[in-house]
Parts: sequence; C-alpha cells; structure tokens
Amino acid sequence: MSDGSRFFALLLVCCLLVTVSMWAVTLGTVHIPLRSVWQAIVGFDGSREHLLVMTIRLPRVLAALLAGSALAVSGAIMQAVTNNPLASPGLLGINAGASFAVVSVMTLFGAGTGDVYMWFAFAGAGGAALLVYTLGSFGLAGQSTIGLVLAGAIVATFLTALTSSVLIFDQSTLDAVRLWTAGSVSGRTMAQAAAVAPYILVGLAAALLLGRHLVTLSLGADAARSLGQNPMVWRAISVAIIILLAGSAVSLAGPIGFVGLVVPHIARLTIGVDYRWVLPFSAIGGALLVVAADTAGRMIFASQSFPVGVTIALVGAPFFLWLARNRAGGAT
Amino acid sequence: MSADDRHTLGKLAGQRVSIAYGEHRIVEDLDLVVPERRFTALIGPNGSGKSTILRTFAGLMSPASGTILLDGRSIDTLSTKDLAKRVGVLLQGPVAPEGLTVRDLVRQGRYPHRSLFARWSDEDQAACDEALMLTGTTTLADTPLDSLSGGQRQRAWIAMTLAQRGEVLLLDEPTTYLDLAHQIELMNLITVLVRDHGKTVVAVLHDINQAARYAEHIVILNNGRITAAGRPEDVISAEAIASVFGVRSVIIRDPVADTPLCIPL
Repeated sequence: MSDGSRFFALLLVCCLLVTVSMWAVTLGTVHIPLRSVWQAIVGFDGSREHLLVMTIRLPRVLAALLAGSALAVSGAIMQAVTNNPLASPGLLGINAGASFAVVSVMTLFGAGTGDVYMWFAFAGAGGAALLVYTLGSFGLAGQSTIGLVLAGAIVATFLTALTSSVLIFDQSTLDAVRLWTAGSVSGRTMAQAAAVAPYILVGLAAALLLGRHLVTLSLGADAARSLGQNPMVWRAISVAIIILLAGSAVSLAGPIGFVGLVVPHIARLTIGVDYRWVLPFSAIGGALLVVAADTAGRMIFASQSFPVGVTIALVGAPFFLWLARNRAGGAT
Repeated sequence: MSADDRHTLGKLAGQRVSIAYGEHRIVEDLDLVVPERRFTALIGPNGSGKSTILRTFAGLMSPASGTILLDGRSIDTLSTKDLAKRVGVLLQGPVAPEGLTVRDLVRQGRYPHRSLFARWSDEDQAACDEALMLTGTTTLADTPLDSLSGGQRQRAWIAMTLAQRGEVLLLDEPTTYLDLAHQIELMNLITVLVRDHGKTVVAVLHDINQAARYAEHIVILNNGRITAAGRPEDVISAEAIASVFGVRSVIIRDPVADTPLCIPL
C-alpha cells in the first residue's frame, strides 16, 4: 500500500471518528441536536440541556476517546516489543494491578469518589507493570521477551487471585467495584478526563515518535543490536510509554479489554506493518471503537450505565477466536 | 599504524580472544585475522564455536578476555551505531514481523545512519535502491517477506545489511536451508560484493567444498581453536579433514574451478 492510500485510509477513519463522536453526544435519554451541543461548548448558559452536554455527555465521549486511543496504541507497542501478535497491555499486568489497587482501597477505606480510584488505579497499574518488567528483564530468559510474557502471566494471575479472594469476603466492595472492573466510561466527569488527558497526550506524542524505532526493535534483539540500536534502552522506553498510556486509560475507564489486542491487528491488516503508520491508525481506530461500542451499548441495552467493556468483549471475543484460529503459530 | 601492521592485522582481527557462556569456555586464546577485501569462510564441525566467534566479532557478545580489532582499533571503543555503520551482520534464521515488506526491511539498514528524529535523506534512499539492485530484489520490494521463497528472503536480509553500507559483512550459515540454485546465486553475490564493491565478507559455511570453491581464505575451527588458516589449496587436506571432522577422504582438484574438492571415503 502506498503512503498516499495509507494517508487516505487514516483520513477516512478520522472522518468516521468525528461523525460517530458527534452522534454519541446527541444520543441519550433525551436527544440533543448538534446545534445545542455546539452552543453548550462555546456559549454555556446553564440550561438543563447545556448542563447535560457539559457534565455528562461530553465527558463520557472524551473519556472514551482518550481511553480508546491510549489502549490501542499501547497494545500496538506491546505487540511490537514482544514480537507477539497476541500481546496486549494486559500482559504487563496493568489491568490486574489496577483492579487489585482499586479493590484494596475500597475494602480498606470504603467506597470513595471516582477521583480517588483514579490515582490508585494508576499506581496499581504502574506498580504491577514495573514488577513484571523487572522480573521479565532480569530473570532467567535474559534478553528474550519470553521472560516478559511469562512474568506478566504470573503476576497478573497472582494479582487477580488476590483481588478475587478480597471480593469473596467483601460483598459491599464487590457491588461497588462491579461496574468498574467491567470497564466503563459512564459517569466520568470533565475534571477526571482533564486530569488524565495530559498524560495520554504526552504518551501518544511519544509513541508517534517511537514508530521507526519499533520496527527495528521488532526484528529481535540481535538484529536490532547489529543495526546499532540498543534494544534494552528502546524496550525500556517502550514499556514506559505503555505504562503511561495503558495506566492512564485504566485509571479513567477501568480495565477495558480487547481494544489493545484487536485495534492494532485491524490497523496492520488495513495499512501494513510499518509502525510509523500503525501507531496513528491505532490511536484513531481505538478511539473510534470505544466511542462506537459505548454508544451502541447505550442504544442496544437502553441503559446509560451499561459498561463499554462488556460491549467490546461481546464483539472482541469472536474476533479473538477468529484471530487465534487463523494466525496461531504464525509469527509467535 | 604502519602499512605492515595493517596487513598483518587484516580488516578484522581477534587477539587472544576467549569466549565463555557462564563458566563454560567455548573459545580460548583465539588469534584470528580476516584479510581485507577478501571472502573468508569459517568451517568446522558442529560445536566448534564458529557461530559464537562470528557473534563476538559482530559485537553481539563480549569476549571474556581479549580484543576484537576493526582496522586495528578495538570495537569496544566504537558505539553500537558506529559499529553498525561499518559492519553488517546476518545471523541464522532471522525473524521479521508478519507482513513486513522487503522495502520496509531494507530501510532498517539505514538505522545506524539516522539520528533520533532525522528525516529520510536522499542518501538513505540511494543506499536502499543500490542494496535492492545488487541483491536483485528491486522487483520484490513491495512483497511481504513471509510470501517469499527462502532464497529471496535471504537476499532481502542481505540487502538490509548492504543498505548499512559497511565495509564488512558477517554471515552465519547464509546458505543453510537453501536449494542448490539459491546457494550458488548467493555465493556469486558474495563474490561480486568482494570483487567489485570492495567488501570484506566472513561467512560461516557448512559445506567444505562450497567454502573451498568460493572463499579466498579459509579458517578451520575445532573445539574453539584454529586448526588451519589460509588459502583453500593450502588448508584443505585429507589430514585436516580427518583430524577435524573425523572423516577419511581424498582431496582432488575441482574440474571446473580448479579448487580442492573433498570426496569422503
């Protein structure tokens, strides 16, 4: 595919994203026409309609956009770094770490506001990922990424078991955390989206600059080194960006699965494996998928609090099966 | 450094090199000289340390002791990027991500020449075009590597190392798994690179007769030591083959190339 048609494909997805996002803001318990949405943004007058747009609809769409692009891009980086098409940021233990942190905080201090969970989720995600990275990089497998994948599976399983055992004994936390662990952008505030946005934007910018180096890194440690790249340094940079992006996403929207796995695949199937294109395409595509799934979920299940993580899993699971059947053993 | 030193040290040389995996010493006190603008073949039985030595010469492994010299200067004094500008390496069974095209791969050869955020330059483009042309992969440029034949894929990887525009190429068993026609094609490519483009090529080869026919300098290794080194006609002998490979043979002249030909008994 030529750069021209890649650019065209990217533009097309951008247009689609704008359209779907606008549709998402108008849709809800009451329909709000686009003109009113625009007026609410540029000339807020405190009316019920404007309040609805600024405090409920728009934050929700923004949260979906941010979480979606962050998850998809971190998934693409993860797949390149491990040279494993089935890798996702969850492999670094990010979701398990965030869930464990949120559940622990709820059990110890009782259910608080969403703002509190955000920072604990981020800390949990970052802590688990750093642990996985440290175990994986300096363990037996040395420079190979198998160590990373193994350490990730072990840490994630262990943390998930801890989370489950807490929830078994604490019914009230289970009720409070149920929606969060499904992955949801319902009820997010503008302040929450704004708090996470800078981290995600910095992470996305860094990821876009990383593109060319990721292709080199995905040739394997020996080839990368023989081309003059220090694979240890670039792997560490990649993992830092993954933690920033996926950690921010999980703190904003909870552990939404499949986005980080599926979107980079669709990107590669559409525009090829060059990461200079896969990354921007994943960013736009991830945002599109989460906004579209969230809005579709709200429509189909006629519930404003229906978690987007469930809708995406319903679509993502069959895709994953198809993927595993067609590609298993291919490039792992 | 005098011209004489240059000659005795060659393009690439190992001085008293010992290589170990943990406690296990594989190579002890090796002195190996790779002559400039020549095709050097490393041969020896499995486990003789050929590939390990190649990896060490490529800077991918650090020797336990000793020095690797490139033009008389220790490669430890060069950054990984500066080394990659001068030495291209192709190891066995390289893996590229699914769907990567030949062009994408060859572009990677420019990695050491580009600074962190540098744009793609005319020189980068020229180096890639030349590498594709030399390896006859120009028409395959937009084909994904995974849909190429083994021989084409190997040429694409060599094109990547050529795009680095280094003076030295290190190849680990480049002809393994290739059919006869592709093996000959690859050997002819190496000959052209050495003769017409002034490259210094070192290849680990399995086939003694292939090495004898195409290489100008042969190093026979056994248990991490050099048994013999020199021109094919000087080092390929029935005694050397018997002592290194444990195979009795007669050596005749290759009727086509007039090089030594080993016929096992």
